[in-house]
Amino acid sequence: MGTETLSFIFLNAVLANNFVLALFLGLCPFLGVSGKLNTALPMGLATMFVMLVSSVCAYLINLVLVTFEIEFLRLIAYIAVIASAVQLVEMTLKKFTPGLFRSLGIFLPLITTNCAILGLALFQTFKEYDFLQSLVYALGAGTGFMLAILLMAGLREKLELSTMPTITQGAAVSLILGGLLSLSFMGFAGLGG
Amino acid sequence: MIKEKPTITWETFTEGLWRENPVFVMLLGMCPVLAVTNSAINALAMGLATTFVLLASGTLISLLRHNIPKQVRIATYIVIIATFVTIVDYTIQAISLDLYNALGAFIQLIVVNCMILGRAEAYASRNRPLKAIVNGIGMGIGFTFALLCLGVVREILGAGTLFGLDLFGPRFEPWVVMLLPPGGFLVLGAWLLLFEWMKQRKERAELEAAAETR
Amino acid sequence: MSTPEAEALPPATPAGKMIQTLVGIAMLSGFLVVLTYQLTKPIIAENQRRAIEAAVFTVIPDAVVRSDFVINDKGLTPVTGEESVEGVLIYAGYNRDGELKGIAAKAAAQGYADLIHLLYGYDPGCECIRGMKVLKLAETPGLGDKIITDANFVANFEALDARLNTDGSALANEIVTVKAGSKQNPWEIDAISGATISSKAVGKAINQSAKQLLPAIRPHLEKLKQPPVLPDQQEVADD
Repeated sequence: MGTETLSFIFLNAVLANNFVLALFLGLCPFLGVSGKLNTALPMGLATMFVMLVSSVCAYLINLVLVTFEIEFLRLIAYIAVIASAVQLVEMTLKKFTPGLFRSLGIFLPLITTNCAILGLALFQTFKEYDFLQSLVYALGAGTGFMLAILLMAGLREKLELSTMPTITQGAAVSLILGGLLSLSFMGFAGLGG
Repeated sequence: MIKEKPTITWETFTEGLWRENPVFVMLLGMCPVLAVTNSAINALAMGLATTFVLLASGTLISLLRHNIPKQVRIATYIVIIATFVTIVDYTIQAISLDLYNALGAFIQLIVVNCMILGRAEAYASRNRPLKAIVNGIGMGIGFTFALLCLGVVREILGAGTLFGLDLFGPRFEPWVVMLLPPGGFLVLGAWLLLFEWMKQRKERAELEAAAETR
Repeated sequence: MSTPEAEALPPATPAGKMIQTLVGIAMLSGFLVVLTYQLTKPIIAENQRRAIEAAVFTVIPDAVVRSDFVINDKGLTPVTGEESVEGVLIYAGYNRDGELKGIAAKAAAQGYADLIHLLYGYDPGCECIRGMKVLKLAETPGLGDKIITDANFVANFEALDARLNTDGSALANEIVTVKAGSKQNPWEIDAISGATISSKAVGKAINQSAKQLLPAIRPHLEKLKQPPVLPDQQEVADD
């Protein structure tokens, strides 16, 4: 509807409709890269960064698509532009800030096929957010992702030190942890009411 | 990794059903697995849509496999996949708006289902179309089966119904949390535990059998 | 997830070949998408029209014919064909004899999980709201979605008072949601216990929309009361 306040959009994306724990977006990195805090942090940062970039891209593409009334190409346009934007970001980082590239670099290609990025672009279009709202939404979604992956990494680091039945080794226990986290995040729903 | 086998075997088909089940074994394409499986019918629709995209894109990629230069292959695959997803998206809208509203943006998110790109890269681009199709059908059934496993359990526990049919009568107190996001995580976690337990039991039995024969 | 690195560097492909492939694929996919779009467009439009029509006829009892208008600062414009006018879309419902039975409009407010979108029907005869239908919600199943299934809650919208004040510039009484079972006045909505936030959102959505829309509609009521074109003719006019 495009009438929500900025602070509401932000809180909604971080907590009540957390991308990972409530909307199930970006689960691959959430389960895959959440083993250690020191890899989870750069992954979260990189995702947040790509989210901001692709949110801006998606907003601009949508303007073009709507002007020419070719919305049926939206999906193809989004995915192609997001993928190339990530590549550009990667190259720019490599050239100008090699230090940052070394810490974020290996995560960037992974992020292209992260559902959270495309999901963000699609949701902001469906919700008809304007430019500033989209940006805040992207920031909120990124923060939410980071929060979720950091919490998860913290829990899993603790878990490594404790004795667990052998059948829980693998993804099962991560999923159950995710379920418990998700359960606790449900308490944030209704913030907007 | 997939071994290059020249002929189509029963194995080509069954591989995706169980041994390399995309959800339970490979843990691919988790977003739709958890997000849309709050009822059996949604799970089925999502599974079929994904299977169609998997098959169609696999066939096309396999046909074009000698014409796609290595450097631009990922971009090409993504465009092909996105095309078929758009087709599915419009088709579902034309079939049933209710279903479309229930699945929401997750139809469009099939594009970034890691499973489809993964199969395109690892299988379709290296095998003959027929073989890719057979394998795709297997993978698709495996994926749909996994979605149904979750959808059925969540719908029965969370709403007391199956495909909308009431199972327990009015005295059933639904376990609502199963329909909510945490339910998705917990049910999939429980399935994985069950499979791991079965696998370990089988391994132990085999080990004992081997010890006895020796 | 990640894709395995190309095992060995393939022999260099000329850039021309790459561009050729990409352009070829882009054309193929463009063709397929446009084809599907063209094929499904009329069916989807028909589905959407039918969904909206069904919703409009549920919130306006007795209505069998509908026509759409856009209302804005300049006045009331009938919706014709593809041209879009800025403003609020309203649906006027008429019975077989062409009598105006009510006006439906969309409203939305933040519920427990996400926005609740709904359609409500206003009857200018009794100056009250005669029906409400939830179009889209993401509320907790078994709790928040009672706003659709709970008979007592739905009964709130059989005759919800929405009179305007004497100069017709605002609602005489703001529509409010009250605690379950404490409804005293005809402009109050009885909440569902256990789904208070969702119930409140419904009240808030209707109130916000009605207090803007109803005063705006009032000067145009005569125009809206004119019997619409008969349905079979309307079909032709729509094309």
